[in-house]
Parts: sequence; structure tokens; C-alpha cells
Amino acid sequence: MTPVLEVRSITKRFPGVLANDKVSFTLEAGEIHAFLGENGAGKSTLMNILYGLYAPDEGEILVRGERVAIHGPTDAIRLGLGMVHQHFMLVPTLTVAENVMLGTEITSGLLLDEKQANRRVRELSEQYGLTVPPDALVQNLPVGVQQRAEIIKALYRGAEILILDEPTAVLTPQEADDLFEVIKVLRAQGKSIIFISHKLKEVLAIADRISVLRRGRMVGSALPQESTEESLAAMMVGRDVTLTVDRGAASPGAAVLAIDELVVLDDRRQRAVDGLSLEVRSGEVLGIAGVQGNGQTELVEAITGLRPTEAGHVILAGTDLTGASPRRVLDGGVAHVPEDRHRHGLVLSYPIADNMVLSTYLRPPYAHGVVIDDAAIAANAERLVEMFDVRTASAHAPASTLSGGNQQKVVVAREFTRPIKLLIASQPTRGLDVGSIEFIHKNIIQKRDEGVGVLLVSAELDEILALSDRIAVMFKGKILAVIPAEQATRHGLGLLMAGVVEEPADVIPA
Amino acid sequence: MTTKPESPPRPGIDWRGLATSLLVSLLAIFSALVIGAGVILVTSGSASPNRSPGVCDAVGEIQSVYVLCKAYGGLFVGALGNPRAIANTLVEATPYILAGLAVALGFKCGLFNIGAEGQIIMGSMAAAVAGAMFVGLPMIIHLPLALLAGVLSGALWGAVPGFLRARTGAHEVITTIMLNYIAIRLIDYLIKGPFRDTSSSAPRTAFVAEEARLPFLFGPDYRLHAGFLIALIMAFVIWWLLNKTTIGFEIRTVGANPDAAQYAGMSITRNFVLAMAISGGLAGLAGASTVLGLEHNYKAAFTGGYGFDSIAIALLASSNPIGIIPAAMFWGALRNGAGLMQLESGISINLINIIQALVIIFVAADQIVRWIYRLPARRGTQTTLTRGWGG
Repeated sequence: MTPVLEVRSITKRFPGVLANDKVSFTLEAGEIHAFLGENGAGKSTLMNILYGLYAPDEGEILVRGERVAIHGPTDAIRLGLGMVHQHFMLVPTLTVAENVMLGTEITSGLLLDEKQANRRVRELSEQYGLTVPPDALVQNLPVGVQQRAEIIKALYRGAEILILDEPTAVLTPQEADDLFEVIKVLRAQGKSIIFISHKLKEVLAIADRISVLRRGRMVGSALPQESTEESLAAMMVGRDVTLTVDRGAASPGAAVLAIDELVVLDDRRQRAVDGLSLEVRSGEVLGIAGVQGNGQTELVEAITGLRPTEAGHVILAGTDLTGASPRRVLDGGVAHVPEDRHRHGLVLSYPIADNMVLSTYLRPPYAHGVVIDDAAIAANAERLVEMFDVRTASAHAPASTLSGGNQQKVVVAREFTRPIKLLIASQPTRGLDVGSIEFIHKNIIQKRDEGVGVLLVSAELDEILALSDRIAVMFKGKILAVIPAEQATRHGLGLLMAGVVEEPADVIPA
Repeated sequence: MTTKPESPPRPGIDWRGLATSLLVSLLAIFSALVIGAGVILVTSGSASPNRSPGVCDAVGEIQSVYVLCKAYGGLFVGALGNPRAIANTLVEATPYILAGLAVALGFKCGLFNIGAEGQIIMGSMAAAVAGAMFVGLPMIIHLPLALLAGVLSGALWGAVPGFLRARTGAHEVITTIMLNYIAIRLIDYLIKGPFRDTSSSAPRTAFVAEEARLPFLFGPDYRLHAGFLIALIMAFVIWWLLNKTTIGFEIRTVGANPDAAQYAGMSITRNFVLAMAISGGLAGLAGASTVLGLEHNYKAAFTGGYGFDSIAIALLASSNPIGIIPAAMFWGALRNGAGLMQLESGISINLINIIQALVIIFVAADQIVRWIYRLPARRGTQTTLTRGWGG
């Protein structure tokens, strides 16, 4: 049988990078084909080529056995390709139906025919089990529902092949399960699906076939029934990796950080943190689990002085630091691995050496009075580059020349080598390769064992479970529950992340 | 910690990047002169070159080449042909260096100071008033006092937009332009009113005291005054400030990534105000040194254009404080040589404006230059000139 989609030897070069190197694969009708790879492995480039956003330098694409040239999304849609981007392409102030027909509006005369559009959306939603209210405004819908609207949009345009780019990144575990159900229905109705992810568990759960990309090359394919997480990880990274973190029991001491009834507004002046209370003790890792966008970012920014607080208190080792400047918070002994290392963590145009003193440049040995000591800064950089195994030709190369993992190591090296009482690690391994993840996890646990209190915020439930001694679940700006790690289950946490508070024995309300 | 046997490579200066950016600037100038030659040829029909014996006679057979030779020859001789011409070029360059430094320092902090013009005016006026107001002070007190008055008024005129930007988000491009007009009108009032020299029929301030004048370096025959030395020293001081002090580290960090600067405990407000104050102070010094070294009083609009040309100079020098010196000298040379060019070739002085505009275009759109001369494309992050409008 002819595959619905065949890619032959696609090569795409960017200046200095071979993003795709002779990549070939096939997609059969009614198949879920998962693409696994670390960030920067070339998954997104490949999908953007399929969707006509990039032109390949070499190679050919066949749709239903015929060679095609895809010059843009319009061509892709005409050929029956639909893409659901990681960041949704929806207009928040329009209804679902309006979003779906955007660009291919159904009109009667000069007016939009909303009724007919609503009917079409309802038909599609019944046919594929995608529950979506057609006349609801997108901005009022939960993320999982918005994603379904995106899928309907693609189906409405006649997609036979659906490309889902990291579709579970923004979902709770339960929402992800719902999505998997939808994907299975789509498959049953003959649609073919390309599922892109870097999460091993879900790929094993959903895929019919798995292809692994590494550094732009297709390094192998596997069947889920013959694979394990370890075998896939090894293929992804190119060597054996340990997926669990070695750590002994915590020996928590006194509270380092106490947050009391904290209220913080987000950029739209809505209450992102809403009367939150929390305590982190020295020598423990407190993990904050929660779906992205439930106030975690604002909480961390408020603690570190980057965002004003409306009410409540932040107390660091007995000192009230509510509304303190970032400098005072830093000097109080707080290290902060920010969630967006490009925005907050680094000055990309600066040399690695300067980035490694970004928060300590004021003090000896790096400065005497106002005069900077270049030699001391260089010596520090040489030392840290070696200690944290930053892969670079020189400590004086700009930070922009490093890979994501090595950039994060620069941030970690800077923050972990100051005298600190509290470590705030926000998405510390986002977008990193497995090797760097191992390294950073090990260092976090080491800090904990030195008696530092660690506040870990992560969207990856696996990371929370692997590192935390206690887990706090954050939902709509509040802590719903704090659970000792040994009592936490994925299922229980997943329910809490969705805001469902049951009263099982293992949940201690905050 | 294990010490490595060989010492670590010296940090800091990226020679390759510096060389490329120097090359781009030189090629931009070269391209502008080539296109300028085209403009001369197209417009030379109406030109009547002054047929005098000289080197151009050697190529004199073809009229167009003759005109070209006369024009650029005149430009060159007028700018650098003899010691006096060179001295005058350096005199012209002095305010350009200082005002160019002002704009460059703003760029380093991510601020676009279009207000150098207003800051120069304020600095000039303050220096003129301070220089004329006191009688009998010794030079060692009076001259620094007059210079300081210029620096402080410029600094104040710069700090206000810095403060408004940091506190209210009002973009400095808008507020500095507005302050330019306020400065022009205010000075207009002052020289016609309170500070008018009643002994003169033209509206101007009184002459500054001898003790407040910057001395001529090579006597009164050459107009080159000590302000030129001050400008050179300031270029090195600003380079040192930016690259070797914590103050400069903060200013550069705020310019390169304000979010990271804040994360690292730096105050955006403080640095915006500080950078704009230093920038305004440098512009004020540009005005003060011209008043105290050359003009010896303030009359309306003598500063015309220095503030705006300084933006071009900062761009031409890629905001490098040391690079400002040759860039400003080039600008000064064009301005100084223009007169002889017109005299020799009959080509209008306005050709200089065309050449300057072309240089700015080629520097601002440096990818064009890199493409024409097959230079490698610019890599990495580019200098942020300003932020605010979706930048």
C-alpha cells in the first residue's frame, strides 16, 4: 500500500548547522507515527518543511505517492496536511467557530454565516469526539479545549495528515489522556498522525511507530512494544543514561523561606498568585507542581523581587523581604535559576566570563571600588567552566555560541557557587538534553544535602517526582495541597493539577 | 582549584569583530565617495571649475575627470592640505568627538539620545554665562567652573528624559526631541533678554573672561584649542568607564538585556538616568568647549547640526568610544574641506551632505556593504540601539 506521506532524504542547512541530514520516513494511512528527539534535534525543522514554512535544500516529499512541492501553508493545507502548533494560533477574542473558519469564512452576502459555521464545528466535534462549544470565546476556554479547537480547525480544512507539535507540553496529565483518546478516534477514522514529543512515556503509550532524531539525523526507529524508556533515551542521546536521580533521605531543618498570604498580579493586572502560603525548609526540595500559567512564574518573580507584591509577606531566614529589590534578595542569600535563561539568566552577547559574575560583579575579588578586575573574572570563569564542564572553546566566547544545555550550566555555575540559603530553580532543565538534565539534577540534590532550601518549579511532573521531598500543587494562584513525596502519585497529582480536590488519605490540605 | 600551567588568554577585546566593523565603516565611506563622484559627474554640467595649474592638469583632457579631481582634490587639500587645514579639521572634530561620545554612550545603555542638540545648546549657554559672569577669578578656578557649568546643564537636560523613560515609559526619542525645542526657545529668550550683551546690536551673550577661555594649543594663528585634548581624554575616559568599571558594566548590561540586568540586581531607573546624565554632560561639554575655546560668547544657532551629526558619528564608529575619534575627524574633515572644494570645482557645498547621508545609509544598512564587498554576514546578536517600539 502506498504510504500517505513519504519523505526521502531531506536535507536542510542553516548557517553553521545541519538541521536535517538526509532524513527519510514514511507515514501510513491510519498510523500514529511519533518523532522523538531532544531540543535542537531537528524535529521542528522537519515539520516546518512539511508545512511549507522552510524549503528543503535537498530531498523530496511524496503525498499519496505523488511528488509534491510545498511552498507554503496554503499548499500544505491543499494537500491535506494540518498542523497543530505548540503555541496555538487562535484569536482569543473570537469564538471557536469564528477561529475555525478564519481565512475560509462562510458568508451569506456580506455577512458571516455564523449559524452554518457553528453547525459545521458541531458536526466535526461529534464525528471525532472533540467536545468544543462552537460559540464560546477562545479566551474563556481551558488550554485543553483550545487545543481541540485547533485540531477541529485543521480537520475543517480537510486535513488527512495531522502534525501535532509537542501537544502535551501545556496539558495536565488528565488532559493529555483526553487528547490521547481523541488521537485514537482520529486514527480509527483513517487519519494519519505525526506526533512530536520529547517525553518518553507518552510516546510509548500512544505511538504505533517511533522514529528518533538526533542532531538532524534519523538515528533509528522502534516499535513501542519492543522498546523501553531506557532504550529510547539511549537512542535519543547516543549513550546510556540514568533516568532516576540518586538521592538519600532529606534532613530538613528550620524554615528558610516562609510565604504568607501572598498576592501578586500578572501583566494583565489579574491575581496570578492569590493568597498563597508556603514554607521551604533548609535541606529539603519543595517541588511546585502545576500546569503552566497557574501563577508559578509570578510567584517566583515576586519572591526574587522582579515583580511587586500586592499583599502578604515573603520572609527569608527571619528577614522580611516583601517587596525588596532584586539586589537585596540576592544579597540575602537567594540563588535563582530563572525559567527563561535567554530573557533573565544570561546576556547572550556577553562573554561566558562576564555572565558568570552577572550578580557578583560588584564585590571583591571581581571589583575593587568601581574598577573591575578582569583577571579575577577570567580566573573565576576558567575555574567554573572546568568545574561545571561547560563545553566551550574559551571562557571568553559569547554566551550565544553555547548550546542550550551549556548555557544553562553557565547559569547554574554562577548561582550555585555563591553562598546561598535558598535556591529557586524554575524549569531548570527545560529544553535540555538528557545528559545536561542528569548533571543539573545531581547538582540540585547536592545543594540540598549542603543544607540549602530548594524551591523547585517545574512543568515536568517526572522532574518534580524525581527531585522533591515535598510536593506542593499550585492551581489558580493557590497551593491546593502539600504532599510528602513518598505519598505522591502521578494520578493524585494530576487530579490536583486540574483543580480537583478529593479527600483521599494521601492528601493533606495546605 | 587547579591552576593551569599557561596563563588564561586575555579577556575582553574581540579583535576580529573590531577589524570587521572597522572595515565595514571604511567601505561605507569609500562607497559613499564613489557614489558622490557619480553625483558630481551627473551635476557637473553646470559646474565651472576654476582652471588653475595643478596636479589635475595631468588628467585635464577629459572634462568630467578634471572636475572630479578638482572636487575631491579641493576637499582633501581643504581638510588636510597644510598644517592650518589640519588644525581646522581637528577644531571641527572637537565637538563631534564629544557629542558622538554622548550618543554612543546612550546606545550602550539601549537609549537613543536624539537630544544631543538641545544638551549642546544648554551646555554652551551655561558655559558662556558662567564664563562672563565672574570677573577676576584665577584661571585655575574660572575655566573649570565654566566647563562644569556646561557639563551640568547638559547633564540635567539629559537626565530628565532618562528619568521620564525609567519611571513613566515615555520614550526618550520623543522627550529628547521635545527638549531640543524647549532648549532652542529658552536660549532664544535668554540671549535676547536677561543675558544679552547690551553693547552689541546682535543678540548674543557677553564675551567670556580671558581666565575662562580654553587656551590655543599652537597660538592664535591656529584655532586649535585645548578642547580638542579634552575630547581625546574623554574618549579614553568613556572607554575606560564602559569597559573597566562596574558602572559601565551595569550600563552595558541594561542596554544589552534589561531583564537580565534587573535579575542581577541592577536598577534600570538608576542606569537610565545615569547614562542619560553622562550622555547629556558630554554633549554639554561639546558646547562648552566650543564656546570657551573658539567662539568666546554664545550667539543664536552656532551649534546648528552638531547634535544630529553626532548620531551619524556614533553609528559610523559602532558606538566604540575610541572609534568615535577617527569618525569625528572624518566628519570634521568633510566640513572643513567643503569650502575649498566649492572654490576649486564649483561643486556645491551640499555635496558634503549627500556624502554624509550616504555614509549613514551604508553604515545603518551595513548588510548592503557586506553584500557588495562579500564580507561575512554579521553573526551573533547585534548592538541594540534602542528599545521601546516593539524593539
